[in-house]
Amino acid sequence: MSKSNEPVLWFLFSAGGMISAMVFPILLIITGVILPFELAGEVTFERIHNAVKNPVVKLVLFFVIALPFFHWAHRFRFTLIDIGLKPISFLVSLLCYGGAITGTIVAAFILWKI
Amino acid sequence: MATRRTCLWKRGVKVSETFEMEIFRYYPDKDNEPFIKSYEVPFRDDWVVLDAINYIKDEIDGTLSYRWSCRMGVCGSCGMMVNSVPKLTCSAFLKDYPSRKIRVEPLQGFPVERDLIFDMDDFMNKLTEVKPYLLRKEGEEKPLEEGEYLQSPAELAHYKQYTLCINCMLCYAACPIYALDSNFVGPAAIALAQRYNLDSRDQGRNQRQEVIASHEGIWECTFVGECSVVCPKDVDPAAAIQRAKVSSTLDWFKEKMIPRSKG
Repeated sequence: MSKSNEPVLWFLFSAGGMISAMVFPILLIITGVILPFELAGEVTFERIHNAVKNPVVKLVLFFVIALPFFHWAHRFRFTLIDIGLKPISFLVSLLCYGGAITGTIVAAFILWKI
Repeated sequence: MATRRTCLWKRGVKVSETFEMEIFRYYPDKDNEPFIKSYEVPFRDDWVVLDAINYIKDEIDGTLSYRWSCRMGVCGSCGMMVNSVPKLTCSAFLKDYPSRKIRVEPLQGFPVERDLIFDMDDFMNKLTEVKPYLLRKEGEEKPLEEGEYLQSPAELAHYKQYTLCINCMLCYAACPIYALDSNFVGPAAIALAQRYNLDSRDQGRNQRQEVIASHEGIWECTFVGECSVVCPKDVDPAAAIQRAKVSSTLDWFKEKMIPRSKG
């Protein structure tokens, strides 16, 4: 048996899971409660735009968006394999991680443009 | 109280209620395929499933075959599927099944040899594969006259939980990954490897990693966690596997980033 190269995928998966678990609840409160009910002052396009323009916010958003893509890809890949798609596992991996990489690139591009 | 539990019904205890046991039967020389046979046994509050099976063997049908030994959750021999859940039958009480009817089958995921007895060779091979004994690096083994390797209680606490495994194989029967792909090294064997990896006296982690860090090792696991749910000894093999994943990932980065480092 040889050592697997799975660790790099698992690392992205676990980092994504950690981010989802720790940051998403906070984001839900901010975007689902605080902003719509204007609990932290008036919400205008300018204000949000300026906040997202900040490079630190961009960096945080990049990881918050990209890593959960890889979390999804890893989990979905194993879900598909477990329901019987093991014979085409290479294609499954290609679609899952390919999707995550595409999502990451799109997110990076959009954040760059802001 | 030296009387065997299995003899309780002979001690003049009045039994009025009954319990229905549906048992998986298969005798490969005679039967083309397995079938379920139903038996009526007395119901007693203090009986466990194994008592009921022993009653069947002693009083109703002597041809029933199954494994058991200690009757107190130590030997790990009497694991069976009770209503499709892996259980030690010596610790599963009849009174916890209020429908008064259960189905008992051999542990899932293993080839059946006869009735409730399954073939455990695969598991035994996996146990030896992970080298479950103290390994020292070449030249670092102490000569006998220098005595034993000392260990502090804190060092013992690192791995003690993983020593509690009784090899009952309930975790393999609960593991959907093992059911799909028996190449998977599996929960108990990986937990046992962790038991030695975390032992301060051991230096064999690199040797074990050949199996543990392979694709058939920890990376097959998708952290369903059922192994830890059914474990009668709270060994928590799922946690052992996740911990091994973290340390193997660190290894991987070390090996790739600093190519000359060896663990």
